[in-house]
Amino acid sequence: MKIIACIKQVPDSEAKVKAVPIGDGKAGQEITWGDAPLVINPFDEFAVEGALQQKEANGGTVTALCIGPESARDALKHALAMGADEAILISDPALNEIDSAGAARVLAAAVKKIGDADMVMFGRQTLDNGSGVTAAQTARVLGWPMLGLVGQIKVDAGSVRVERVIDEGRVTVSAKLPAVLSVVQSIGEARYPSFMGIRKASKANIPVWTLGDLGIEAPASVVSRAELMNPPVRETVVEIIAGDTPEAIAETLVEKILAEKVL
Amino acid sequence: MKTFVYIDHFKGEIQPASWEAIGLGKTLGSVSAVVFGSGVDAIAKAAFEHGADEVFVADDAALEDFRAEPYASTLSALASRSVQNPDLILFPITARTRELAAMSAVDLNTGVLTDITALDIVDGALVATRPIYEGKVLEKTVCSGKPVMATIRPRFFPKPAAEAGKTGTVTKVEVKADALTTVEGYSASESVVNLGDAGVIVSGGRGVSNNPSLQPPAGLDEKQAEIWRAHQGFALVGELANVLGGAVGASRAAVDGGYIPYSHQVGQTGKVVTPDLYIACGISGAIQHQVGMRNAKLIVAINKDADAPIFKLARYGVVGDLFQIVPAVTAEFKKKLGK
Repeated sequence: MKIIACIKQVPDSEAKVKAVPIGDGKAGQEITWGDAPLVINPFDEFAVEGALQQKEANGGTVTALCIGPESARDALKHALAMGADEAILISDPALNEIDSAGAARVLAAAVKKIGDADMVMFGRQTLDNGSGVTAAQTARVLGWPMLGLVGQIKVDAGSVRVERVIDEGRVTVSAKLPAVLSVVQSIGEARYPSFMGIRKASKANIPVWTLGDLGIEAPASVVSRAELMNPPVRETVVEIIAGDTPEAIAETLVEKILAEKVL
Repeated sequence: MKTFVYIDHFKGEIQPASWEAIGLGKTLGSVSAVVFGSGVDAIAKAAFEHGADEVFVADDAALEDFRAEPYASTLSALASRSVQNPDLILFPITARTRELAAMSAVDLNTGVLTDITALDIVDGALVATRPIYEGKVLEKTVCSGKPVMATIRPRFFPKPAAEAGKTGTVTKVEVKADALTTVEGYSASESVVNLGDAGVIVSGGRGVSNNPSLQPPAGLDEKQAEIWRAHQGFALVGELANVLGGAVGASRAAVDGGYIPYSHQVGQTGKVVTPDLYIACGISGAIQHQVGMRNAKLIVAINKDADAPIFKLARYGVVGDLFQIVPAVTAEFKKKLGK
């Protein structure tokens, strides 16, 4: 069983991310996150976890795959430390402004170059762009079945049966392999990197593939960013409601809430 | 502008934000509703009543269950340049439409703008606003392909008033039955809750289990007793939500603690919600929870710990025991709202 886990590197979820002008502001704005660390996208840890569980259940290998700059090596090392067998970084300056469909085309080309994959796993979405569409688009480019928002996976004789976790409940879906999956937290808590894993990851050789290595041109991006804005600053002064009894507090609080006319 | 609106439903249960998508489409020009499934006459009828000018229907046993591949192929064929050639396709954002729009965008060589909260026309081009980095930053984004595809967040666009009995032309759509998956079964959530569409949400956190004065039934171990206490706490949260006609939310701590099913979770790994009123009970307000609820219009926090980060977001706060405060607030609302 050959499993590929697609991951991305993003600013840590505690990061104070904001839009700031580039230089004098004439060239627009850019995103900064101060000195917050870049980490493996937290949702993608479930993809790696799901891949490792399937490796343990069925044998085989797990390859972590990432599009990103050189710094994204650290995200791949996290996947290796969790237990992935190998990691590949796709890095090319032509991919800086890529949209999700473009990323899907690049990932599909990489999946084909790796060859013989049975399952390609993604997280639900990324913390940065957050579209959550790249998995389905990769499936579409490959022509493989898409099994989205999966919380349980069972492989049997060339087929996979999953439980898809949606608002309305759980839907059991099966498909022939190879298939693309997006994995959600019901799969189980993502394991922590082990001491041995961290040592192995620190010594790992992570090859870098360019678009030339993949044999494709840079995909044209149809979706592009026109402007960045910081959300309006919220009025955050809290008014603490006090009183002698819970009833007195409740009376004041309810009066205040009703006066806001939100009900 | 010619807009298609995909009406999302699960087993005939229509996502209310589908109507908000029609409302948005109507501000831009004509709206054609698109309805896929098996036995979906009632959905087509509802689409007319909510403002659709015409309805395209693909009604076929092969579309009984949502499956991304045949749904996407059917939509792509309908929307292609040589057939209907719409300028814009809108979807209410759900687990299904995320995949459907994603795949159809690949088929039609165009792009999908996801989770949009505003859509404007600037110099003749559609410009969408959407949150990125969990809402820490907003971006305006454009799509140079045609049709532009966009999934909308619930509660950001006006819902048109329904007009009973309004009808129009239904056009049958050719079905593409190229399924790659088999749907084998379905089990409903223990509690189905539509947090995205809720106008009021009352949420509980770890604090709902923190009432040592409650004496659990004999024979429970420590964890069972904690969950038993949490259920008493969530019952109070539920009563308040009920009086306000709202939904019950939860923090990740409450879900991980086994107090309440995952479908109630608000935050990074749960739902992003934008109710008019959000009441947080016994929730400290970690950043992972904040990103899910900080755009609520009015936030009220009830927590024992005066230093809890939730008070930095809240407009009104009560530092106190939720087991005393929440029932008193429920009683007071009952009185004031005449219930």
